[in-house]
Amino acid sequence: MRIKTAPEIRSSEITPKQLYVNRRRFLAGLPVAGAALFAGRALGGAKLNGIVKSPLSTSEKQTPYSDVAHYNNYYEFGTSKDQPAELARTLKTSPWTVSVEGAVNKPRVFDIDAILKMAPIEERIYRHRCVEAWSIVVPWIGFPLSALIKQVEPASKAKFVAFQTLYDSKQMPAGRYAGIPLPYVEGLRMDEAMHPLAILCVGMYGEVLPNQNGAPLRLVVPWKYGFKSIKSIVKIRFVEKQPPTTWNIAGPSEYGFYSNVNPEVDHPRWSQASERRLGEFLKRKTLPFNGYADQVAQLYTGMDLKKNF
Amino acid sequence: MKVPVFALCLSPALLLVWKGFNGGLGANPIEFITHATGDWTLRFLVITLAVTPLRKLLRLPELVRFRRMLGLFAFFYVCLHLMTYLWLDKFFSWSEIVKDVVKRPFITAGFTAFLLLIPLAVTSSAGWIRRLGGRRWQLIHRLIYLSAVAGVIHYYWLVKSDIRLPVFYGAIVGLLLAYRAAVKLAERRRAKSAGSPPVKEAALTLPG
Repeated sequence: MRIKTAPEIRSSEITPKQLYVNRRRFLAGLPVAGAALFAGRALGGAKLNGIVKSPLSTSEKQTPYSDVAHYNNYYEFGTSKDQPAELARTLKTSPWTVSVEGAVNKPRVFDIDAILKMAPIEERIYRHRCVEAWSIVVPWIGFPLSALIKQVEPASKAKFVAFQTLYDSKQMPAGRYAGIPLPYVEGLRMDEAMHPLAILCVGMYGEVLPNQNGAPLRLVVPWKYGFKSIKSIVKIRFVEKQPPTTWNIAGPSEYGFYSNVNPEVDHPRWSQASERRLGEFLKRKTLPFNGYADQVAQLYTGMDLKKNF
Repeated sequence: MKVPVFALCLSPALLLVWKGFNGGLGANPIEFITHATGDWTLRFLVITLAVTPLRKLLRLPELVRFRRMLGLFAFFYVCLHLMTYLWLDKFFSWSEIVKDVVKRPFITAGFTAFLLLIPLAVTSSAGWIRRLGGRRWQLIHRLIYLSAVAGVIHYYWLVKSDIRLPVFYGAIVGLLLAYRAAVKLAERRRAKSAGSPPVKEAALTLPG
């Protein structure tokens, strides 16, 4: 008598852990998440290998992946928090190039694959604080921005680094209603850009970035408000003068170039003294430099941070 | 007819409760509830203001029977909206709340819109129409115009960059006010040409 053995379950059939853990939320968001699953994009992507852990990571509780991937400010794909997860499906992240130009000795157009190989990729679990007074803790995957900067050899007159996001009205039809000038631009002072905390980010939660989180390459500068962590970078330019930044153009009295997280400097329309950590009921006190004061405060000694907000 | 309409008006709040228990409020539930209750306040203000023009245009005078319910639901949603702010955002920190109302223009506008609705909610019953007399009651209830305008301003001043929805609501409120101004103008003209004081519109039907 032949005893049948149960068919082996293929690993591709195993429910991904975050999906299982968040299945109730997944079911409630089925119209969005379900469609995204079928499209195979917005709900997670390819795994990244060889990730090195970093002592710069925090041990705080991480925000669930489904929250970080479904609560986004990416106005090119809609101005509601739930829109980018649906609409960013139209973003084509391959092929992708990043043009490094300006006051550098070795200007270059990098292919995204070359950038992925530029330095060992690390897991950086950072607090991420939005100017809207909510925050998350995200295990970003990336490498120090300084690694790229050293490769391209900036000239001595390069005092600032400017960044630019892709803006393609065909891929981003919602962009015309963003209410902010596009393409999105940002910038850092050279010493901020060289700081070990500032990373070029290619993934999160062990996988490549979902489109709505700024795929395939974004910046993460954890001691500043989140809008400075520019998404979907296509251009990095080394410049002499302080470059324009999109939110400062849109609201000069509300969003400054530095935008360091500072509980003592209110946004004109709301206080920055506290924040809502997503998933928590009570609000938390906001920390100076988002809790990274020990590592970055020295960049700003002598600066009036109320004037240079 | 009143019961189904009541249920319909309550359904947005019920849907929020259902979503709350089923993870449908997203990653920032308190923000979601604040926005949703604010949206429904504006919608019910607009619907209430639309009753009179719709009565005329559709020749359905009985629509006025629902006007009080609709107006009270606007007050219901503004109370939910305010309670969410006072409790889940500020945790009843009164010094923080007073600071907000005084320092942040968009909150001043919102708080004004709320205050203006209180006398309307209090005097909404037929008994009050009798107590105050029709003319005074009508004057008080004109405050809904101011409240709707303050509500739109509150919305416009709080958005960061995408002004489409506040502008849209503003346009609708503007249209509804313009309609009433046109009616008023037409009444005065008729009265002038007839040589007699303006006839009071029969819109003061005691709500059933």
